[in-house]
Amino acid sequence: MTQRLVVIGAGMASGRMIEHLLDGAPEGWDITLFNAEPRGNYNRLMLSPVLSGEKTYAEIVTHDDGFYAARGIACRFGETVTRIDRARKVVVSQGGETPYDRLVIATGSAPFIIPVAGRDLPGVVSYRDLEDTNAMIAASRPGAKAVVIGGGLLGLEAAAGMAARGADVTVIHLMGHLMERQLDPAAGYLLQKDLERRGIRVHCKGATKAILGRDRVEAVLLEDGTVYGADLVCMAVGIRPEVRIATDAALDVERGITVDARMRTSDPSIFALGECVEFESQLFGLVAPLYDQARVLADVLNGGDAAFRPVQTATKLKVTGCDLFSAGDFAEAPGREEIVFRDPGRGIYKRLVIENDRLIGAVMYGDTADGNWFFQKIKEGTDVSATRETLIFGPAFAGGVQSDPLAAVAALPPEAEICGCNGVCKGRIVQAIEGGATDIAQLRAQTKASASCGTCTGLVEQVLALTLGDAFQKPAAQPICGCTDLTHEEVRRLIKAQELKSMPAVMQELGWRTSCGCPSCRPALNFYLLADWPLDYRDDAQSRFVNERLHANIQKDGTFSVVPRMWGGVTNARELRAIADAAEKYDVPMVKVTGGQRIDLLGVRKEDLPAIWADLNAAGLVSGHAYSKGLRTVKTCVGSEFCRFGTQDSTGLGIALEQRLWGSWTPHKVKLGVSGCPRNCAEATCKDVGIVCVDSGYEIGVGGAAGMDVKETQRLLKAGTEAEAIEITVAFVQLYREHAKYLDRPYKWIAKVGLDWVRDQIADPATRAGLIERFDLSQRVYQKDPWAERARPDAARRFRPVADLSLEAAE
Amino acid sequence: MTIWIDIAALDDIPQRGARTVRTAQGCVAVFRTFDDRVFALDDRCPHKGGPLSDGIVHGHAVTCPLHAWVFSLETGMAQGADTGAVATYPARVEAGRVLIDAERLMARRVA
Repeated sequence: MTQRLVVIGAGMASGRMIEHLLDGAPEGWDITLFNAEPRGNYNRLMLSPVLSGEKTYAEIVTHDDGFYAARGIACRFGETVTRIDRARKVVVSQGGETPYDRLVIATGSAPFIIPVAGRDLPGVVSYRDLEDTNAMIAASRPGAKAVVIGGGLLGLEAAAGMAARGADVTVIHLMGHLMERQLDPAAGYLLQKDLERRGIRVHCKGATKAILGRDRVEAVLLEDGTVYGADLVCMAVGIRPEVRIATDAALDVERGITVDARMRTSDPSIFALGECVEFESQLFGLVAPLYDQARVLADVLNGGDAAFRPVQTATKLKVTGCDLFSAGDFAEAPGREEIVFRDPGRGIYKRLVIENDRLIGAVMYGDTADGNWFFQKIKEGTDVSATRETLIFGPAFAGGVQSDPLAAVAALPPEAEICGCNGVCKGRIVQAIEGGATDIAQLRAQTKASASCGTCTGLVEQVLALTLGDAFQKPAAQPICGCTDLTHEEVRRLIKAQELKSMPAVMQELGWRTSCGCPSCRPALNFYLLADWPLDYRDDAQSRFVNERLHANIQKDGTFSVVPRMWGGVTNARELRAIADAAEKYDVPMVKVTGGQRIDLLGVRKEDLPAIWADLNAAGLVSGHAYSKGLRTVKTCVGSEFCRFGTQDSTGLGIALEQRLWGSWTPHKVKLGVSGCPRNCAEATCKDVGIVCVDSGYEIGVGGAAGMDVKETQRLLKAGTEAEAIEITVAFVQLYREHAKYLDRPYKWIAKVGLDWVRDQIADPATRAGLIERFDLSQRVYQKDPWAERARPDAARRFRPVADLSLEAAE
Repeated sequence: MTIWIDIAALDDIPQRGARTVRTAQGCVAVFRTFDDRVFALDDRCPHKGGPLSDGIVHGHAVTCPLHAWVFSLETGMAQGADTGAVATYPARVEAGRVLIDAERLMARRVA
């Protein structure tokens, strides 16, 4: 059943294709991956930050050894495929012959070397791979002279990178202005000024005549007679598809290897993708269409019917401090109009090209914040005649009064593209954030936004900031523990997405490094599993801390405390008598009133626990869960029943809430308070959920705390009736159960997801109803008195020693 | 001479859990790990006397419930930055029964 797939070239396109392929059919392929470079896939777009020193190579590796190993991919890195034998379906390399059922050619492109004298001298490099980058880094000593031939995207990134390392850099460009394919002359001029300001010499209309040098490169001679001294020459004049292997195999090749919309070459068993292909007379150099090809090819190989359609792409330059943006067709032509905005003082230039009332091109320099907004209009072909007067001012003007720097992002519609490389729109990112993603790393993992060239990272962060609200922060992604590299949030997501319903399943599928976890991850996993799969998962007592395993709070001397539930802090003579009797019978050293309005019996021996529970059970008392990451107490005041100021029956509401919520497990402890009037005698405003009754209803606040941090609750919603107050509280607790990281109190969780998001969820009737339904379902399993279950003789045994050797030992 | 005595069925001890054996000198914790091996150690953390039998068992180690010191079940040595050790006693499983070396247990009274 498994098919043999041979892939020639481990670049970004084939890497993405393999990911999609194995996502679709994890067991379907036996893959051999050849790469002429002696390494696996890394983010080639990120070579510029490596060159400039802003990143290291390790940071741009996209697929490490572990990735290939985990998927059983045979890696033949550093081994060049020399021939394809189509008749026998094998590829030939130094290591011998490798048979294939399907072959994918992803050889990418080779730098174009201009045929001038001296091009083979040592010290002449291109800018294509890590070796080139390292050569440039090595040559970029302060004071060293470097010449870059080619003032396009790649050449300028090379120039800026070497200049950042202190080299004296000259750019020689054949055309009249820099980046002529992406920029018009005005923007090219501004770019040249910016580069010159940082010490880079730019020579336009410069044709290279020869590269001079005896044993290695020494200078570059131009047609006009100019000579520039050079310790290193980087040739970045363009690329051409690397097609030799396909030509030799007699596949159809034009400029690139010709493929159909299914990425199939003229041999039905052989496919190609990436910079080496030609489709409908087009070549592809930007990453976005390559990723589209990767998706299509993976689908086709897995038997799907996807088809590739080239889409428009936009360009940005990854040179820190040079903001330029270009999209669409911006050439002058009859019937086209242009709108130009210049601010010479600030070095800003914007030009829009309009044809038939539609925006067809945009070039911007200096301020590119609105780039994506314009790009969206170009792609959609929106009629702009109505807004033509103000169009150039972008979404800020279109949307009215907006001075907030986030306004431009806020104004983008959900379908606006944020990440061009991966084709991720704003709506998809917002959806991921609402699904619990709280930082860039999670968004990258979930949506791939900003995961390639990274120029949209700032935009993605702005979307994050907008969606999360004021609480946005940049938390460092911490793995759960040493057993895994995954964060709590990632594990929560994967448990749901992959339907992992047992601890061994989580540890196996998510690649835990230990056999059975550790004391940090196991309690967290146990909670996530029982919260997400209440009917399927069986609670694992051995993964709980002693207090939750024994349902009592361990004290410093190894004894335990016993706290029976007192609903809403209300008790009676019969219960008090039972507590007093138990205190005497079991020699309880201390009886104390807790801060949560109940009574604590401290210093009970472990083996007495089942018996004292049985006695308390007999008087109708159940566990108060004073030891759990779960619902603790609901503190109340006497409310309208007795108090002359009380506006509602706060005691009754507190009892009703406690009866609904008790027994539920939560990421951390949950304490509630209900006060009968704004005088707030129940101190409700420092609880996880605090309800303050007023004449007109119930003010529900959340996210209070009075522990290591003291926090006042924030207003969530107002309820008109007691029933609604209970519904809102239940829905909030369930939302917290479903989304929070283990050991985050609600206030910490709300700070991450934003109160507005929480409120939107609870306020939406359908979402609220779903939350309540899932909470009640879980309660059917978990709302059981743990004392009653453990007071039975067979269970009680476990609280005693398994054997008693004290008599023998004493003999 | 080793005197193996039968203290319990293996299934009396939960996997990744522990039970205690009472002796005249205090309790000994008998651990059962994920791979059904058994280990016997003093049920008393050298740090503040915490009952190790109530800790979380992970791999061949246990974490004390009081202050999270970690001990190797095989050597009794504290792991990581903490220093200290717990006495260990020979224990084994035979035909589904847990056997422990009574002589060593009794000898510790003298030690």
